[in-house]
Amino acid sequence: MKNHDKYHLIFAYESRIFVAMENANTNPKMEEWFDAKLQKNEMVEPKDWMPDNYRKHLIRQISQHAHSEIVGMLPEGNWITRAPSLRAKIVLLAKVQDEGGHGLYLYTAAETLGVSRDELLDALHTGKAKYSSIFNYPTLTWADIGAVGWLVDGAAIMNQVMLQRTSYGPYARAMVRICKEESFHQRQGYESICHLAFGTEEQKQMAQDALNRWWWPTLMMFGPTDANSPNSANAIKWKIKRESNDQLRQRFINQTIPQIEYLGLTVPDPDLKWNEEKNGYDFGTPNWDEFMAVISGNGPCNKERLKARVDAHKGGEWVRAAAKAHADKKREMEFAA
Amino acid sequence: MSDSQGPIWEVFVQKKPGQPFVHCGSLHAFDKEMALQNARDLYTRRSEGTALWVVPSSAIVSSSPEDLGPFFEPANDKVYRHPTFYQIPEGVKHI
Ligand SMILES: [Fe+2]
Ligand SMILES: [Fe+2]
Repeated sequence: MKNHDKYHLIFAYESRIFVAMENANTNPKMEEWFDAKLQKNEMVEPKDWMPDNYRKHLIRQISQHAHSEIVGMLPEGNWITRAPSLRAKIVLLAKVQDEGGHGLYLYTAAETLGVSRDELLDALHTGKAKYSSIFNYPTLTWADIGAVGWLVDGAAIMNQVMLQRTSYGPYARAMVRICKEESFHQRQGYESICHLAFGTEEQKQMAQDALNRWWWPTLMMFGPTDANSPNSANAIKWKIKRESNDQLRQRFINQTIPQIEYLGLTVPDPDLKWNEEKNGYDFGTPNWDEFMAVISGNGPCNKERLKARVDAHKGGEWVRAAAKAHADKKREMEFAA
Repeated sequence: MSDSQGPIWEVFVQKKPGQPFVHCGSLHAFDKEMALQNARDLYTRRSEGTALWVVPSSAIVSSSPEDLGPFFEPANDKVYRHPTFYQIPEGVKHI
């Protein structure tokens, strides 16, 4: 199968709900009103009329984003009990707690579109919904925690800064909150990598090894190239996204290479070189077959991540039941009084 | 909408005493105590506020976008409700 066909299959699968809904509720007059609203850069709010496909696209994108925040807690959570100092431990705890918060902001933003939390969680737990492929890689050493904060959060910020101006109000507002919190995530990661890169030879090796393993998966976080990204055209048309995958990836590379040079580490890309003409770096091709494998469930940690999520949800069931019973009982007593 | 996570609540934060309460997002909780505690953990992790309101979403009544025109229309032709409508003779101060 050619690569292009494979992308098509995956994205067709992901968006099959909204393909089925297509043309279910077309209303030329309202669509004209909606397009004019977007033209004026006005935000869309939950009670506004919106095309079904816009709604479906948002539900898919916002919930995938929420799932990524929640699953993203796992690779870093892996090191909380083994952080090398008390300072490192409280920093990591605070960061992972923030990611949980980001997931919650985003779930409630998606819920304003008429989908329930249970439906969203169910889609994650049954493997129907996707989350960022990056979180299916393992965090093998302490250096990985620095690399994740610096590179993975750095790439996420690139995307999220753009999304602060997305056309759907609740999503944009969640992004503004998230971006305020994210900059600490990236800075603590870089600080941690600095300690290693300027430490003993062994520590420097650890930092280099982490960079080698995280560099390419981080570049893949921006998604397929524009030519292979069938959902992008709509996202741009509806001003959900304002820049393309390739544009964001290029900006991330331009901004990160000097940070790597400062550390005295090597970028694991023999094709990387400065291109004066485009005022940016040329770079090699990520392994898109690996990307497809990971996104289709065959990455190094997909099964482990999903199992951890399902176990956590099941493990919390008695807590939810108790909280509900308590609330019901109190309400009854208030009525009786 | 109530689901396994409890009903949805809207959260309003007051940044500093004396300032208005501003909507900052929503959350799920089973009762008001839990809603308040969750709001603290979720929306004021960096001292973003000194006071919180939580309100069940279902208790909020809102205007709908369709009546944006007619609903707010009565205010449109009443410029005399604004101070700039009135002419004050030159030289008169503090008014
Ligand atoms: Fe986050
Ligand atoms: Fe983050």
